[in-house]
Amino acid sequence: MTTYRTFDHTADLGIEVYGRTRKELFGHAAEALADLLADPGTDPPDRTFRICATGEDGPDLLVNFLREILYQFHGNRLLLRQIRVTHLTKNEICAEAEGEVLDCTGGHRRREVKAVTYHQASLSRDGSGRWTARVILDV
Amino acid sequence: MSDIKLEKIDEFRWRIPAEGGMRVPGIIYSSDRLMKGAGKDESPRQVANVAHLPGIVKYSLAMPDMHWGYGFPIGGVAAFSLEDGVVSPGGVGYDINCGCRLLTTKLREEDVRDRLRDLTVGLFRDVPSGVGSRGPIRLSPQDERRVLVEGARWAVENGFGTPADLETTEDGGAMAGADPETVSDRALERGREQLGTLGSGNHFLEIEVVGEVFDRGAAAAFGLEEGGIAVMIHSGSRGLGYQVCDDYLARLVRHVRTLDMELPDRQLACAHLTSPEGRQYLAAMACAANYAWANRQMLMHWTRESFQRTLGMSPRDLGMQLVYDVCHNIAKIETFPLDGKPVRLCVHRKGATRAFPPGHKSLPPRYRSSGQPVLIPGDMGTGSYVLAGTEKAFAETFGSTCHGAGRVMSRAQATKASRGRSIPQEMSARGVVVMAAGKETLREEIPEAYKNLDEVVSVVDRAGLSRKVAKLRSLGCIKG
Repeated sequence: MTTYRTFDHTADLGIEVYGRTRKELFGHAAEALADLLADPGTDPPDRTFRICATGEDGPDLLVNFLREILYQFHGNRLLLRQIRVTHLTKNEICAEAEGEVLDCTGGHRRREVKAVTYHQASLSRDGSGRWTARVILDV
Repeated sequence: MSDIKLEKIDEFRWRIPAEGGMRVPGIIYSSDRLMKGAGKDESPRQVANVAHLPGIVKYSLAMPDMHWGYGFPIGGVAAFSLEDGVVSPGGVGYDINCGCRLLTTKLREEDVRDRLRDLTVGLFRDVPSGVGSRGPIRLSPQDERRVLVEGARWAVENGFGTPADLETTEDGGAMAGADPETVSDRALERGREQLGTLGSGNHFLEIEVVGEVFDRGAAAAFGLEEGGIAVMIHSGSRGLGYQVCDDYLARLVRHVRTLDMELPDRQLACAHLTSPEGRQYLAAMACAANYAWANRQMLMHWTRESFQRTLGMSPRDLGMQLVYDVCHNIAKIETFPLDGKPVRLCVHRKGATRAFPPGHKSLPPRYRSSGQPVLIPGDMGTGSYVLAGTEKAFAETFGSTCHGAGRVMSRAQATKASRGRSIPQEMSARGVVVMAAGKETLREEIPEAYKNLDEVVSVVDRAGLSRKVAKLRSLGCIKG
């Protein structure tokens, strides 16, 4: 199953993410962002990390969650993989993930993502119960 | 397609009438040709959205390089009353104090023609660039705080350049009101490793030659002569600035909900200039602006050293002088005439450049009669423009003009359009040596991805928002 696709946006890059459940949707969104940031190395992940975020509504929670993933990447050079959402309410999320600390040369970095924006951030559910989220990244 | 109502006022101006929640009209400076493209994206709607913000003065403006942004359009200018107006991180952008600086040299094109590749490779070696690049400097937390308050002055005091450089940097390279206490640990963390790096995307360092001079008087004041070699640097506040913007956007999205304020777009989150939140954002933004000035000062210092090393020439013989450093993503408290009286306003320029007129007291003495040098970076391999500020910009656009070409193709479209092509070879055929840390950047930055710079500059020149002084042609380009 395709978990996400990118879509075009004049100066920037959008991601459209799918999930059978809301929980899966958030996990897929985080993995989509990680996928765009860098190629994983061949070494096994260094250790397990926990990421948490809060938000005022669905889109706010998703944006804030992705901002955490992005901060770990920029601030700690930590590329998170196999992201599993362990706790999800209307306003809170926690996830566990395997993390890989990228080397200083940033050899397998793919692109610079400046920020996860609120612009047109959305979460929706279709008649069959499938979830879709859209977020635009400033690149 | 935007359903916004656009009324043509004259050859270069379109009005969006104040309707619904708009407090003032919108005014777009453009041409018939550029407007055909602008109508396709959401930027006119964004001009209208900005007009909803409290305390906005006169109108919500957009420059001819206008394109779609977050909250505010890129190319947007808006001024707010200090009493009942707001400041919005989305009106400044993620790359706080993204800007340009231009250096002249005593070299002529014929002096470097055979050394162009060596000079470009030298710059690529000596100036850190690329995605997530780290600089050779490791700042201590104490030094970083000094950078945030002192800006380019910190760099000069630490051996990166000379005090004369500060005279020709906007605000002397240090914006007042910076308070490191308002900057998050995350932003500080990101800032410590990246000082003195060019970055990636549309940032560049370019060797250029003065190709055409339009205004001899101003060109002489700026030290520009036909055939002379110059260097343009385009960079910003790196991860520190992005993080400051991100932190305050999140905070102000929450803050706006506590107020009785209806906003058409969450990305327009803002705070009153009189509120603690508004003041703190301005203090943090000033820190990021100062970081960017220190950053460009260091990039310039290494550029000078790189030229000396490659050409085996002394600083005196090279004579690499800073013409000016000016930013194009900022919010500043400046004084403008309003109903015949001078009034202090908070002017947001997001992808717009300050263009102050001859005689303005903020200009260094040597530019008092020419007006402020305005640096307009072009797309890769096209070159740049140098303009001069005017009275008309001061009267009509809060002393602002365009900032560049503006994208017309998305990055994905550009990547697709460049498939199967060798961009370095194409550039080489135009006589431009290009070096890039990432191949993807070159594809995304192909010249046809941008609006025609000549057209954009022609609009601001003919509309009187700035005067054309000189056009520079690219010779060698470093991309991140």
